[in-house]
Amino acid sequence: MGIGGLRFTSSRRQFILGLAGAVACGTALTPSGRAAAAPYRPQFFNAAEWAFLVAACDRLIPADASGPGAVALDVPRFIDRQMDTPYARGEQWYMSGPFVQGAANLGYQLPYAPRDLYRHGIAGMNAHAATRHGQPFASLAPTVQDGLLQAAEKGSLAFGDIPSVVFFEQLLANVMEGAFSDPIHGGNTGMGGWTMLGFPGARADFMDWVDQYGAHYPLGSVSISGERA
Amino acid sequence: MSADARRLDPVDVVIVGGGWAGSIMAKEMTEAGRSVVVLERGPDRGTASDGAYPASIDELEGNFRYRLFQDLSKHTVTIRNNSQQVALPYRRMAAFLPGEGVGGAGLHWSGVHFRIPPDDLRLRTRVIEKYGAKFIPEGMNLQDYGVTYEELEPFFDKAEKVFGTAGEPYKVNGQVVGKGNVFSPSRSDHFPLPALKDVYTAYLFRKAAEEAGFHPYSLPAANASRQYVNPYGAQMGPCNFCGYCSGYACYMYSKASPNVNILPVLRRHPLFELRASCNVLKVELDSDGRRATGVTYVDAEGNTVTQPAELVILSAFQFHNVRLMLLSGIGKPYDPARNEGVVGRNFVYQNVTTSTVWLDPKTETNQYIGAGGGGVAFDDFNSENFDHGPLGFVGGSPVWVNQAGVKAIAAAHSGGPPGTPRWGSAWKAGMIDTYRHSLRIDAHGTNMAYRDVYLDLDPTWKDAHGQPLLRMTFDWKDNDIRMNRYVVDKIGDVAKAMGARQVHLTRREFGKPFDTRQYQTTHLGGGAVMGTDPGTSALNRYLQSWDVHNVFVIGANAFPQGTGYNPTGMVAALAYWAAHHIRTTYLAHPGPLAG
Repeated sequence: MGIGGLRFTSSRRQFILGLAGAVACGTALTPSGRAAAAPYRPQFFNAAEWAFLVAACDRLIPADASGPGAVALDVPRFIDRQMDTPYARGEQWYMSGPFVQGAANLGYQLPYAPRDLYRHGIAGMNAHAATRHGQPFASLAPTVQDGLLQAAEKGSLAFGDIPSVVFFEQLLANVMEGAFSDPIHGGNTGMGGWTMLGFPGARADFMDWVDQYGAHYPLGSVSISGERA
Repeated sequence: MSADARRLDPVDVVIVGGGWAGSIMAKEMTEAGRSVVVLERGPDRGTASDGAYPASIDELEGNFRYRLFQDLSKHTVTIRNNSQQVALPYRRMAAFLPGEGVGGAGLHWSGVHFRIPPDDLRLRTRVIEKYGAKFIPEGMNLQDYGVTYEELEPFFDKAEKVFGTAGEPYKVNGQVVGKGNVFSPSRSDHFPLPALKDVYTAYLFRKAAEEAGFHPYSLPAANASRQYVNPYGAQMGPCNFCGYCSGYACYMYSKASPNVNILPVLRRHPLFELRASCNVLKVELDSDGRRATGVTYVDAEGNTVTQPAELVILSAFQFHNVRLMLLSGIGKPYDPARNEGVVGRNFVYQNVTTSTVWLDPKTETNQYIGAGGGGVAFDDFNSENFDHGPLGFVGGSPVWVNQAGVKAIAAAHSGGPPGTPRWGSAWKAGMIDTYRHSLRIDAHGTNMAYRDVYLDLDPTWKDAHGQPLLRMTFDWKDNDIRMNRYVVDKIGDVAKAMGARQVHLTRREFGKPFDTRQYQTTHLGGGAVMGTDPGTSALNRYLQSWDVHNVFVIGANAFPQGTGYNPTGMVAALAYWAAHHIRTTYLAHPGPLAG
């Protein structure tokens, strides 16, 4: 479901808006598609990287009948902001050498922090798009983009010594985080991700609801900073 | 290494690690009139600094940036599946989530608070009695704890009263008094608080489990069902089922933690001192290695400091205790080739798989509602509650719905039913349907000890202080896989009784190695186990080192097998048990408590 004509058009429209915003150095979109007052200027990603990120987010969580997509939820902004955290600099990971590769089930063994994975991974995806299709990822048709993302997910590409699956998993994990974390981190704009899912956010008090079995919870989401959906 | 260390004035007792075990031991030792210093590697923590609403209930920071967990950049372990492999560093949090900071794992835990089944304490004896010695598979180091349920009962009772544990008993003083777990042993008293309410999924599970012929009961939960004041005078507020237990400091003061239930009292005690951000490098021994003289640590400013003490208590997380013993030369390191030596032996884990049941799309399962310790379980296939004879495996699993509060990022990661894409519109639809209308059932099983599963020091990788990382050699074994598959089939019976629309039973697969990339459980155990034979245990039945009598080692490291239950209740009871014997015997007559 979700890639029907009308929904596709809607998704494509937001994608184009997002990309146009990126080229103009960032326009944050509200869930209704209105341009927010202050355009977002990516701090970590350059224009080509940002274009990839916006396009990839739009494919990973497209806008459709289920609810808003990653672009409307400002997931690219979330990821850009995350890049300026100890996490993205690899400061929460054990990063002492030697770096020895082994069986996949023994876990991540590359010397790269998330920032490095994005730098190398996006360059690799774009190079691959250019070789196969003559254009960067963001300029390709959505079905072609999906094919490239699927190839990355299966691990059939490599970006230097980074298997594509490593980059893909990094990206997918951060996209999920951006769509469904508290808006304080820059994504989940308007709590659109939570509303779509039926998650009440920071309400965090179900004293009088715990034994109302099977009933729909009537209150909308709230965020840490006090926004109400 | 400690020649240039600054030497402090001696204290009576130095305790390594500020979690449940360390806080209990510190409380007990100050009650005995001893001066106590607790050294905690991580930062000081409390509800005001780490649990203040609403900033604390941030799923990204709590469960995905591991705010309360161990700083892997400084200390981690290496892991391999067998001794032929090169073990590689556990660089990113995934399979298990050790804690760090004051409160330890006791701050970020969920709150499931069990007493171990009596048969588990003497599992080797019980299996041989029932099925004969040949029933024990080749290579399985099946052992008894060396302590009985009757001996531990007063300490289970004490811990429950300190924790404010909510539950429904079955038998008190031999009389059936409630609808608790029919397989549970008699208790000397009721739980201090009545059981938590069932969330909807737990209620459905209770009904269906009964229909399927099993014996459901309320999980014992250290999440207060009412306002409570514990024997120390520490106060708890009633749980509001907010869903932010595991990974969080409880903003309601409802989930028991050292920080809420013990430290507020201990911090005011004149004989108590807490030093946070102090990383212990080793236990110092006298020249013949038979007596500890104190510990050497690196303080928050980077100074190397020696703290002399009469008594050294290791109460860090399970594998940190084992590593400190290895780094300090306490006890003989385990040699898997000869099955000899004791430090590193019987390293065990827990064998958990989670199955998913989809209900009618009109049924809202409200999975964001939850208490970490709450839920409904049945024990028909745990411990020796069933006949293993025809089944041919040792061990078992409780089965439960323990809905601790599923939040949005976790729901996104879980996605939809098997076969659903992991992204795109199909993922979205499947994920939303799953979040709103499904429930999760765990088989929370035992993991037996094996001769070739063990802990030692890694030859290659070092921590931030230049000391070797601990190396884990671990894999799943056929006995445990067969156990899991047998019990998971029973979940199918329950799902059928629930009128499931769709069921996904998750079973452990033969030949599929332990995967460090997927969260399993943080219930690691063994490696420095208790027992009555110094040839097969590092600690005697009072958790005292056989070799260095003024070192006690408190934690899940003492478990000879991985239990089907969550470990904290047993760790707390063992802490009170050891403290009781230190107070009543050891302090007056320092020396080995068991010969």
